[in-house]
Amino acid sequence: MNMLLQIDGLTKAYDTVAVLKGVSLSLDHGQSLALTGESGSGKSTLLHLIGALDTPDSGTILLDGVEITGLNDTARAAVLRDRIGLVFQQFNLIPSLNVAQNIAFQARLARCHDPARDALLAQRLGLSDLLSRYPEALSGGQQQRVAIARALAHAPKLILADEPTGNLDEATGDLVLDLLLELVAETGAALMMVTHSTRLAARLDRRLHLSRGELTQTGSV
Amino acid sequence: MIYAALLTLFSHWRRHPGQLTMLVLGLALATALWSGVQAINTQARTAYAEAAATLGQDRLDRLVRADGHPVPLADYIALRRAGYLVSPVISGELRSGDARLRLLGIDPLTAPPEANTPTQQGTNLDLGAFFMAPGLLLMTAETAAAALPPDLPPIRIATGIPPRAALTDIGTAARLLGQSDPSYLLVWREQPAHLPPLVTATTLQPVAPEQRADPAQLTESFHLNLTAFGLLAFAVGLFIVHAAIGLAFEQRRATMRSLRALGLPLRSLLMAFTLELAVLSLFAGLIGLILGYSIAAALMPGVAGSLRGLYGADLPGTLSFDPLWALAALAMTLAGAGLAGAQAMRRTARLPILAPALPQAWQQAATHHMRRQAYIALALLGLSGMLVLWGDNLFLGFVAVACLFLGAALLLPITLAQLLGLIQSRTRSALGEWLFADTRQQLPGLSLALMALLLALAANIGVSTMVGSFRTTFVGWLDQRLVAELYVTAPNEAEAARLVAYLNPRTEAILPVVWADTTLAGRPGAVYGQADHPTFRDHWPLIAALPDAWDRLALGEGVLINEQLARFARLAPGDSLTISQDTTLPILGVYSDYGNPEAQAIVTLDRFIAAFPTITPTRFALRVAPAQTAALASALRDEFGLPADAVINQTQIKRFSLEIFEQTFLITGALNLLTLGVAGFALLTGLLTLADMRLPQLAPVWALGITRARLARFELIRSVVLAALTFFLAVPVGLALAWLLLAVINVQAFGWRLPMQIFPNDGLRLLALSLIAATMAAALPALRLARISPGRLLKVFAHES
Repeated sequence: MNMLLQIDGLTKAYDTVAVLKGVSLSLDHGQSLALTGESGSGKSTLLHLIGALDTPDSGTILLDGVEITGLNDTARAAVLRDRIGLVFQQFNLIPSLNVAQNIAFQARLARCHDPARDALLAQRLGLSDLLSRYPEALSGGQQQRVAIARALAHAPKLILADEPTGNLDEATGDLVLDLLLELVAETGAALMMVTHSTRLAARLDRRLHLSRGELTQTGSV
Repeated sequence: MIYAALLTLFSHWRRHPGQLTMLVLGLALATALWSGVQAINTQARTAYAEAAATLGQDRLDRLVRADGHPVPLADYIALRRAGYLVSPVISGELRSGDARLRLLGIDPLTAPPEANTPTQQGTNLDLGAFFMAPGLLLMTAETAAAALPPDLPPIRIATGIPPRAALTDIGTAARLLGQSDPSYLLVWREQPAHLPPLVTATTLQPVAPEQRADPAQLTESFHLNLTAFGLLAFAVGLFIVHAAIGLAFEQRRATMRSLRALGLPLRSLLMAFTLELAVLSLFAGLIGLILGYSIAAALMPGVAGSLRGLYGADLPGTLSFDPLWALAALAMTLAGAGLAGAQAMRRTARLPILAPALPQAWQQAATHHMRRQAYIALALLGLSGMLVLWGDNLFLGFVAVACLFLGAALLLPITLAQLLGLIQSRTRSALGEWLFADTRQQLPGLSLALMALLLALAANIGVSTMVGSFRTTFVGWLDQRLVAELYVTAPNEAEAARLVAYLNPRTEAILPVVWADTTLAGRPGAVYGQADHPTFRDHWPLIAALPDAWDRLALGEGVLINEQLARFARLAPGDSLTISQDTTLPILGVYSDYGNPEAQAIVTLDRFIAAFPTITPTRFALRVAPAQTAALASALRDEFGLPADAVINQTQIKRFSLEIFEQTFLITGALNLLTLGVAGFALLTGLLTLADMRLPQLAPVWALGITRARLARFELIRSVVLAALTFFLAVPVGLALAWLLLAVINVQAFGWRLPMQIFPNDGLRLLALSLIAATMAAALPALRLARISPGRLLKVFAHES
């Protein structure tokens, strides 16, 4: 058994609107999964619940052997810090820290900072010359590459990427995704990516489609 | 069109009631403190003008005795018989415990027309009751309602009479005060043409209105001080308003762009913005007026006490409402809001319709301004230094203080940024590094609130150092000056002679306290005659002196002068001073004379008697064995029937002097605390406004595995760190202010310079207070952050609805 993530019967409602209606899925170590769906289908909500950023109304999420839905705030933060890497559409870098500090930040929080790994990631992502710059001085593509480096710097088990190319033009988006997939494969982490694009989704191992809070399997490699 | 725009702009406040509250409260607080201080000043100035105009004293000459004693009745009668038009006035104070009343006894039949006595006003005053025993006391309703000495004649309410004073017939005043001779004579402006000039017909001294101590002039520096504090508080309040308007502008940038894109002309948008600001300002101004009036009413008794203690100026203890004051305060609020909103207006005018909405642009632009701001700050600090070196009046002294404050405030953001950068570079943990980097990035948004805090802290440090230095020096000075165990005043010269004979065998020394009111170097002052005694030689410190000054004084070879006279007339040991028409003496030394607004000189008793032969001492300082002091005081009262206040011991005088001192700085302390409160509020509003804007910066850190509770703790730490750094930067500014107050403002205002002393305990107390204020200010935003729902933080990452 090589399972990293096991989700069962996950439900979540905002006010009276049910966003997720009993979602179940699993993901193996090193596997990549694309989550597609129309706007408002609950893709981001599912990603946030898996990332321990929010709590479900019911259901279970077993991540790397830890049932995270019942954890308190501090324990969930620890899971997030140590085992998960997040990549957002809006990059969400820390504006007060420069590129080098942004890359190292989560690894330092998780107490597993390896400057050599940072340097390697920076080099692979073409950021070596930008290390002392601040996010505001970077292009969108550069910012997303910093976000990817940050998400990988602490060697997480799972990378959660929410429309990582949504704010980039097609060419830059392809480049960024290439790098992300390459590095994820090298590190052995699993990847779960939310995207609107079936073209991008087709590049991942598995594809799931979320519609009105329910999952349908659309294909796998 | 404007109406529609206005409705759209106002809709912002409906959605952000907290921000609206902040704006209104900031403006209201600024108005409150400013208008409160102005209400006090207006009331005081009205009272001075009324007091000066009583009996036409602002226009009529007086005849007085040089030694300040009453004018002998015989002198008055002689002048009247010779045909001169003079009118007697008996002035004195009735005291009983805390109750006191100044009596002004007039002779309505001989009073000059300018005196405008009630009998001349054509009022329905019962003249019979006024003249005949027991007489009538005319006073204002407020005076009548206050605590009054017992056994007074019937009271009639009248207007135009100074506070805590009563106008009565001279016979009634003579009876109540136990004084038969007039205190002074009022001189008619037109004298019979056939008579020689009045000055040639009497030994009494004529005193013109402009020669008399005018409370309005004497208290000018006090009111200037109040105004400066009011302005400081107003400026601190405007910082809050500026922050709130700036934030509202940033948050409505997209709305305004949309309005423009939908066809609203820029002129209409600006008009709507102006109208919105005016409506909010008027609303806040009215609240501020109510608050200001309440503050002034609460402080008024303290201010009245201060002015009475410092200058002998009487003010009513209650406040009257002046519509002009209210209008002026509202105008000030509108002007202040306009000033605070000017930057937002300018940005609105320059807002490109198609520019993207960048909520952070405001902060980032402010960062770029820091350097330019620092250059302006350095120029202002340099100007302040130059004014200290070359300025020579009170106004320039205050300008120097203003430049110091403004310069220090403008320098604060860049200094804090440098310090935070330094701390960040020394921090090893990732979160510590983020905390300081993030704090640095928040500086532009918080800088106005921090500037307000810096100003309030510096004012607090400066004023408390000044007051502390003053208190320590004053107490030491009192100990040195009030060496005699007992002070006794005889009712007249005959009794004085009897008193001396009685005291000779019962005391170690009898030191006459004798003086003549005169003009010294062109300003009102007094010359004192002093016996040569170790009491003075050993205890009076001289600030500057020639060698053997005391020996030469004892030999009658010169004069000692007080610091005020030395500074105002630019006199120094070695110069000469004319103390009477035919006596000019070299100055041997200069002594400190705190609390006395007038010029003073000391000569030996022999010199004094030679210069002022008509004056005989009636007041004496007695050296007695301390154990016998109480018994002797009691014996003096019994033997000579002296009232309690004619025999005073050293402890009583010291206590009384210190009470006056504490009373004097009561208002300063209260304003100090209020300004600090406003600054604390400015910090709270700054943090609250930033709280919402900060979510995009906090959410990623939360998403990287830092709990909301921990982030909230960091918010508290950030606030405390900023307050602590601001405090430490405020210390040199506060000490510079204290030095300016002690060495420049005091010298210009009062004529004396005090040695500056540092009070570390006061500083530590203030540090604790500012840290508590910062923690309290950060508590609410931190609590909100700790309890924020993950959903709100997740919205930062949301890209679909």
